[in-house]
Amino acid sequence: MSEKETPTAIELLTFQLADQEYSLDIMSVREIRGWTKTTPLPHAPSYMKGVINLRGTVLPVMDLSERLGLKPQKQTDRNVIIVVNHDDVMTGLLVDAVSDIIALTDDDLQPPPEMQASTAPNVVSALTLIDERMIRVLDLSSIVLSVQSTAA
Amino acid sequence: MSESNDPMAEIRASFFIECEELLEALQDGLQALDDGDEDPETINIVFRAVHSIKGGAGAFGLEALVRFAHRFETVLDEVRAGRMSPDSDARKIFFQCADHLSDLVRISRDDGALPEEETAGLLSLLGDLLGETSDAAEEEAEEEEIDFQPAALSLDLDLGDDDGDASGLPELPPLDSLPATGCTVFTIEFKPENELFETGNEPFHMLRTLDELGECVVTCHLDDLPDLETLIAEQSYLSWKIRLETEAEEAEIAAAFEFVEGLCALTITKGEDASTEATPNDPSDAADEPEEPSLDQADPSVAAPAVPDSSSLEQVPVEAAAPNASAKPSDPVKSSPTPAKSASQTAKSVVRVDLDRIERLVNLVGELVINQAMLSQSLESSGLSPHSDAMNGLEEFQRLTRDIQDSVMMIRAQPVKSLFQRMSRIVREASAAVGKDVRLHTDGESTEVDKTVIERLADPLTHMIRNAVDHGLENPEDRIAAGKPEQGRVNLSAAHRSGRVVIEVSDDGGGINRPKVLQIAIDKGLVSADASLSDTEIDNLLFLPGFSTASVVSDLSGRGVGMDVVRTSIQALGGRISIASTPGEGTTFSISLPLTLAVLDGMVVQVADETLVLPLNVVIETLTLTNEDVEMVRPGAHVVRVRSGFVPLFDLGKELGYRDPIEDYQGSVVLLIAHEDGSRAALIIDSIQDQRQVVIKGLDDSFYRAPGIAAATILGDGQIALILDTSDIITNAIGTANTQAPTGIPA
Amino acid sequence: MTLEILAVDDSRTMRDMIRLALLPAGFNVHTADDGVHGIEVLDGIEPDAIITDINMPRMDGFGFIDAVRGQDKHRATPILVLTTEAAPELKARARDAGATGWIVKPFDPSKLIKALQMVAG
Repeated sequence: MSEKETPTAIELLTFQLADQEYSLDIMSVREIRGWTKTTPLPHAPSYMKGVINLRGTVLPVMDLSERLGLKPQKQTDRNVIIVVNHDDVMTGLLVDAVSDIIALTDDDLQPPPEMQASTAPNVVSALTLIDERMIRVLDLSSIVLSVQSTAA
Repeated sequence: MSESNDPMAEIRASFFIECEELLEALQDGLQALDDGDEDPETINIVFRAVHSIKGGAGAFGLEALVRFAHRFETVLDEVRAGRMSPDSDARKIFFQCADHLSDLVRISRDDGALPEEETAGLLSLLGDLLGETSDAAEEEAEEEEIDFQPAALSLDLDLGDDDGDASGLPELPPLDSLPATGCTVFTIEFKPENELFETGNEPFHMLRTLDELGECVVTCHLDDLPDLETLIAEQSYLSWKIRLETEAEEAEIAAAFEFVEGLCALTITKGEDASTEATPNDPSDAADEPEEPSLDQADPSVAAPAVPDSSSLEQVPVEAAAPNASAKPSDPVKSSPTPAKSASQTAKSVVRVDLDRIERLVNLVGELVINQAMLSQSLESSGLSPHSDAMNGLEEFQRLTRDIQDSVMMIRAQPVKSLFQRMSRIVREASAAVGKDVRLHTDGESTEVDKTVIERLADPLTHMIRNAVDHGLENPEDRIAAGKPEQGRVNLSAAHRSGRVVIEVSDDGGGINRPKVLQIAIDKGLVSADASLSDTEIDNLLFLPGFSTASVVSDLSGRGVGMDVVRTSIQALGGRISIASTPGEGTTFSISLPLTLAVLDGMVVQVADETLVLPLNVVIETLTLTNEDVEMVRPGAHVVRVRSGFVPLFDLGKELGYRDPIEDYQGSVVLLIAHEDGSRAALIIDSIQDQRQVVIKGLDDSFYRAPGIAAATILGDGQIALILDTSDIITNAIGTANTQAPTGIPA
Repeated sequence: MTLEILAVDDSRTMRDMIRLALLPAGFNVHTADDGVHGIEVLDGIEPDAIITDINMPRMDGFGFIDAVRGQDKHRATPILVLTTEAAPELKARARDAGATGWIVKPFDPSKLIKALQMVAG
């Protein structure tokens, strides 16, 4: 992480994804909503579930566990959509459940190990330890951006 | 949508918006001038526009812009003052300069590369208009840029050098040899004239300022003060002598009196007061003896003090003489309020609104319409009597919602004038490039169109106008031979007609050369050699991709960007374009656009589990198939018999990947669609829901571009339905089937 | 003591810049778009000093100064002229019309403040 004189305060939203815990910088989270049926986009990658109506705008929704190469989730009512904003683009991330919002400083973050198990490289930007549990901090730009590059 | 908390950045942004308005006013004014308008206010408006741009640019340090605007303004000032009457060549230069100014504004805003050569060229042309060589003009520009310094204070009189001068004047050290640090004693004599007070100045202010510079001992001379009975309040009787001990330099002391030069008698001397008797020279005396200032020695940028005749003076009175030796005597022009004819008087009162807020409002209204539809649905299915209060109220509610929708959609509407002005410039540049004399006539500039539509019309219109100038209009010689005026005419008009906006681009050129067009189409394999086409059909060949009639690649059309791109752009706006042409007389393109972008007449259908919308204007008819109607051309490519012709058949469920292809066509519902290019197709769907107007929601392109999908809409139940781009679907379907499907053999 | 200033300029950018320069220095700034508007706004306030541009539609700076000086209570109200033109004839003309002083555009905020403090106390 960066060397700063005083540690920067960060707030993370933690959530469950296929028995693992992940988190996102709260600054990019716009809202959290329950599952609604998506309208599928033809010939889309399988992790793209489709689009939903977010108060009058069309929001693309992606199955985050599938995107990260984990076990794909079945769409049940218990699933949650985290609406994130990255570079003015809104996306919905389908996750199992939202856990908590935790406040820490960047001192509490450690860089991830060199070896990456997931198929998408560098999606985890950092790791942190909360109550003996390892929480992965997601790098939103790698999740959303790479979709663009694979788009037709 | 970055939030800038920097107020300077906000002002800078609003300055560039202001520039747009000023540039528009500049265009208007120059156009009026060109049309022969002689109203002096017109040239004033033109002058002020350039002047204001210069002023603001200076505040932000945009030097190139300031420099150019300054020279332009200087020339315009000559016209404004009646010292220059611009002929048609000069007016052409003015237009060029206005265009260039617009470029510089844009480049300055976006921090781009400056077109230095072009700027230099135009500066030189402007200099010619001023009747100067470019060098002299440069010098003059530099001189004028010198900030007005406290004029009268250079004591660098060269008097000390003139040994022969026996006037007995004290040797005053030149300004720059004064000690920079340490305290110096100055003696200042100050006697205000009556006029000083009339300008709102106050001796007290000057004295206070002096006091701030150091230690002051102020003495007030009351000698001239009369009795109270004879005292006239507006007259100045007092004078002051101040002994100032300060670290400041003489220039600073002089600065305290900057505003009152010429309105007082002022002397500043280094050193203690040499004489207690000598009174400062009354300026009215000096006025009686208009001595020639020693201009040859004095630096023109600094005041040349008047050298008085009298030798008894021990101090040199200082007056504010014109700092520039070549200053012309100013005309005693009375400043009168300009006649209230300018447009600003009749301007509507306006409010500036952030586009983001309008976007939000438009979205909210869209949601309102959807919610109202949902409410309708549930009320209707609840079994209420159609005459009940609730249903009546609903009708009224629907009407109000539609009204609000219409009004909000028009909030973003702007007059097309700015767009037309841009086209004016395109015509100027295009005609200059090909050596034709062309004039643009406009009609309906005040017609209002959604702002986003205006922006997306710019490119297609530019292309059409360039085409008109390049291909539509004949050479000057040919025109004369045909009995036409040498000046070609391009017409641009806009009007509201039955709920749509109609824009026409026409020229009085030679019309479409139909035999040539047909031959090129045949050569390119776009039509078969023995096809017989109507005039309109031949005209429409121009819209086919890759079509270009340019036999000589001119400067403008070399790229081969065809009318097909224009048409695609228009269609993307929900509009239509058509051609009409008369050989020898000219060609007219008509564009019809919906008043707003956001609404589409759609046919709502069901395919597999999904609800889709097709634009109603492509649907010709609906059919129900029997197996006998379907023929297989090749595996994977089928056609359906329609009356006596065959039309390619596509299974939407398969094409969109919703389900496997159908095996049994019996009883399938098919939509027969036709596109503007004449191509037809049949699309298999599951069922038709209904026909209605839908609010278009854009799909965020940056995330994922779905093939065959144009946009989306939100249905009454809140679900999203995709709006299909049928030509895209067909293109892709043909591509994947890897065959050349027939494009619809005419019945 | 807060000084009340009236700034008259047809350029919105200029009015914004003047406000930006003067408000942090503790001035209270009123604005007008041109000479005619300036007279209207003047009616309702008691400015300690006035700043005006020269080139404006409807009524230019000279006309405005004339009109202001024509009002008894404003015969001695300090008026500063804001101009890009360094030409001395214009300054002389402004002076003749009754201007107290001038500031050249683009202006240095501290110079503007200093000038105002000098003429307005």
